[in-house]
Amino acid sequence: MTGQQASRITYTLDSSLDSVNKVEQTAEQMARKAGVDEDEIFRISMAVREAAVNAVLHGNAYDPEKRMTASFENTGSSLVIRITDEGKGLDPSTLPDPLAPENLLRGSGRGIFLIRSFMDEVHFRQLHPGTELTLIKHLGSAPAGA
Amino acid sequence: MSMKISTRQVDGVTILDLGGRITLGEGSVQLRDSVRDLLGKGQKKILLNLGEVNYIDSSGIGELVSAYTTVRNQGGELKLLNLTRKVHDLLQITKLYTVFDVKDDEASAIASYGHA
Repeated sequence: MTGQQASRITYTLDSSLDSVNKVEQTAEQMARKAGVDEDEIFRISMAVREAAVNAVLHGNAYDPEKRMTASFENTGSSLVIRITDEGKGLDPSTLPDPLAPENLLRGSGRGIFLIRSFMDEVHFRQLHPGTELTLIKHLGSAPAGA
Repeated sequence: MSMKISTRQVDGVTILDLGGRITLGEGSVQLRDSVRDLLGKGQKKILLNLGEVNYIDSSGIGELVSAYTTVRNQGGELKLLNLTRKVHDLLQITKLYTVFDVKDDEASAIASYGHA
């Protein structure tokens, strides 16, 4: 399902890897259209992919009854991407630091860290049920994570 | 979208030439299965050639770490060869660059393995 309001596009998607790929590709197209450079396109699309993976895998746990929504908006000064799931909710303060020596060799737990590294702002909101993740990249800002 | 893997042997070292994307549900599983197969055959000197890997996500990074620890725990050595700039940068950001033994020349990488 697709809805469009001004420059915002919203998708409601099932909890699948195909949905993750679609969200990633949409972010890439949006960033490219906004005129950011190739390195930033990579960072933005990767951050959005990680957010979508979190929604589908950790939030909705691939539940076919649960949906992920993804909205993409270019405000002129920023790219704003919102990803929501219908899962149990995510408290980012409980996430272990993937850079801590005791966590370096863990096989998972780097997604949120990469999102924060690559975007200018990241906001979490509890939806009861679910989580909304807002990713913001300011246009014209210095590259993050470089 | 998926990853390509081919395997070759050079002086007792198994080189996995990887290409494409190492991501959740695609390349990650292929990489895990390939490394497990090699260990099952007793091939414990493994060199992952990432020169043609153009994309890796956090799941793929996690799979590299898991492969590294799995091989090491079985008394083997897993090293990385020919990182693209994107993969290099990701390993730097996640502080994994110094965890892995990273090589940029195949011949010297082969020579760096111990002779069991």
